Amino acid sequence: MSTDYSAQALKEFLGEAEEIIESLNLELVTLGDSAEKGDADPDIVNSIFRGAHSLKGLAGMFGFQDIADLAHHMENLLDNFRLGKVALSDRLIETLFEAIEALTRLVHGKGEDETFTCDVSTVLAHIDAILSGDTGGSENPLAAYRIDPSILNVLTEYEEHRLLENLKKGRNLYRVRVAFDLANFDQGLAETTDVLKQVGEVISTLPCAGDISERIAFFLLLGTDQSLSEVRDIFGNDEIQIEAIVQAAAAKSSAAVEKHDPEPEDDTVDATPRLAEEGNVATQGEGSLRSISRTVRVDIDKLDELMNIVGELVLSKGAFAEVGERLKALGRDEVLSSLLKATRDLERRLEELQKGVMDVRMVPLAQIFDKMLRIVRQVSKAQGKKVILDIDGADTELDKLIVEDLSDPLQHIIRNAIDHGIESPDERKAAGKPEASRLRLAASQKGNHVVIEIADDGRGIDPEVIRRKAVKKGLVSAKAELTRDDIYDLVFMPGFSTRDEVSELSGRGVGMDVVKNNIASMSGMIEIDSEVGRGTRLTITLPITLAIIKALIVQIAGKTYAVPINSVLETLMIDKSAIRTIERKEVIELRQSTLPLLRLAEIFGLSSQQDRGGRCFVAVVGLAEKRIGLVVDDLLGQQDVVIKSLGSTLSFVEGIAGAADLGNQKTILVLDVGGLMNEALRGESNVNV
Amino acid sequence: MPQKILIAEDSSTMRSLIVSTISALGEYELIEAANGFEALRILPREKVDLVITDINMPDINGLELISFIKNNPNYKATPLIIISTEGSEKDRDKGLSLGADAYLVKPFNPMELQGLIQRFLG
Repeated sequence: MSTDYSAQALKEFLGEAEEIIESLNLELVTLGDSAEKGDADPDIVNSIFRGAHSLKGLAGMFGFQDIADLAHHMENLLDNFRLGKVALSDRLIETLFEAIEALTRLVHGKGEDETFTCDVSTVLAHIDAILSGDTGGSENPLAAYRIDPSILNVLTEYEEHRLLENLKKGRNLYRVRVAFDLANFDQGLAETTDVLKQVGEVISTLPCAGDISERIAFFLLLGTDQSLSEVRDIFGNDEIQIEAIVQAAAAKSSAAVEKHDPEPEDDTVDATPRLAEEGNVATQGEGSLRSISRTVRVDIDKLDELMNIVGELVLSKGAFAEVGERLKALGRDEVLSSLLKATRDLERRLEELQKGVMDVRMVPLAQIFDKMLRIVRQVSKAQGKKVILDIDGADTELDKLIVEDLSDPLQHIIRNAIDHGIESPDERKAAGKPEASRLRLAASQKGNHVVIEIADDGRGIDPEVIRRKAVKKGLVSAKAELTRDDIYDLVFMPGFSTRDEVSELSGRGVGMDVVKNNIASMSGMIEIDSEVGRGTRLTITLPITLAIIKALIVQIAGKTYAVPINSVLETLMIDKSAIRTIERKEVIELRQSTLPLLRLAEIFGLSSQQDRGGRCFVAVVGLAEKRIGLVVDDLLGQQDVVIKSLGSTLSFVEGIAGAADLGNQKTILVLDVGGLMNEALRGESNVNV
Repeated sequence: MPQKILIAEDSSTMRSLIVSTISALGEYELIEAANGFEALRILPREKVDLVITDINMPDINGLELISFIKNNPNYKATPLIIISTEGSEKDRDKGLSLGADAYLVKPFNPMELQGLIQRFLG
């Protein structure tokens, strides 16, 4: 089938497909957990089925036969499972995970190149193998219960199955009639359904025919162990009508349609349960105007563009200050004061706008934390280890782009932790630890940064082992005097971890140096700390957003640079005589501690500036626990800047995060504080090499 | 006044494909519902001339929507097209016996959908 849908439609497809896959993943994890208890939540099973089903339909529309086929197989498997023809087993869950992984590969591949495909025959074979063992169908066993066909006629095959399951368990089947104002019936219905779910299963929801210009009534089919009066008591006496369709005791006997409530006289009988009442007020009448879906999916490029415009707007407010100056010079004070007032107003609104656009880009870390659940499950299973993942702060929000870029490094760290950090159950028992280890994944916001912590309670890393290995690999000299922190930092040096000693699972030939570089490219920092026998903790510090930043504008050798203000702790004017040299490194004393200095003029190979009467400026910058002083010639003030990427050709320049527009058509370079600190700290460990 | 078509479908991509297919015919007003509930809301407010529905939707399923429409004197005469995925033959048969007027299988052929719409709406 040809694909003549537009590129836009394709993008939409990829977006929706990714969303579906993401939730499939999550639901499968939940299903996997319940598989261990031998019971599956029908809502989840059904939702997974619908996910596969939608994906099949969508992929078919775009002519992606491979995705459609795989989704079709999954759907078949899930259909047989939800209809009770295939049993819940570890094998089933694993196969479904396998299928989702293949789907992810395919969808991502198509994102790069529409013609991408890959071999999924193994997955298909696994699915077929499970299906071939299925027990086969039989004729409709519901017939035995003699239920009114008007009830059965509107049930999908799946709902029929659920109905049968309820009846098989000896539950009562009731038909509950509720009515709501048309304006907010979904809310009322959701509340009623929630209440009913506490006593049983809501099998179907059928809107009652009749005039619905103001109120609408529904029949809910409920399977429950409770008696009619017990269910009625939940709602109070006469607000709801319940009718028994099948009573467990009377099951399979007569039609058993026994009416327990007076028949409603017309279709608008008030049957609002008291729970729905509070929702009745606000939306009356106007409700239908906002009937269409409440979310929109937006291409991140569009948000970037919007962000850029907002950024430029922020910058152009500088022009007002200039006009102000001119008015002042002209002595037009009364005009000046109204201009100032208008400017302040504009600034406040702009700030709100900027924050608004920024907020739109923010997504909760849950988006990737949830994926980690699966990684943990998969890797620990493959390694025969027991790992409990504790997630904390998943609602912490970060810029969408950062969250996406964080996925790979995080995944790598977690694989590493399970692979190398966490011991086998036997080893743990021998060490007097609980068999199941705990892996903690926690995020929290600290000012303009988000701190993510990945901590295991495994065997830890012995600093002496790291040191010996680094010496053996020629990364440091045997005589080097290294602090504990220096030693742990060696882990991030290129060449420290190599392909041959990393297992297939965690490795894929990627070392921790790549992880560190990935984090650094997001203007972040990573630190490691460990205690032998107790575990290892990695801490990642990231800026919340990359797009618009407040910057400290500095001058070095006649050139202007911007330093992101969120990493500037303070600025100092120091006497050059205060600079001391310790182990060939320049430092100053700052409140009883030693602050290493970094001369930017030297780093960037600029000729140093003429003397300023023996004084110079220092911008103290810090990320996480580390801090250094950047020596600059002059501080020019604070300003909002919009960071723009330098593009791939210049991206390797150490110490530069990007370019920024100052608003007067002047472009300046933005310093990459994380990178500069790396530079300074690397210098530290090289001191004695 | 252009004739109105209600599209009940939970997949936004599928909805926009249906919309673009019908838009190619011009002169119809398209009203989208992301689930059965939204469709129920729209029905009494808009005089809908044709309904297109999916079967597998999260809140009320397509069969329930069909049953509601075809048992309601106000909407009964409105032509109704099911668009659902292959493999749900039983559900399709139920839909047709509940009164649906036509059935298309996803991935549907745009020409086929256009043909049906022209047939029902002239």
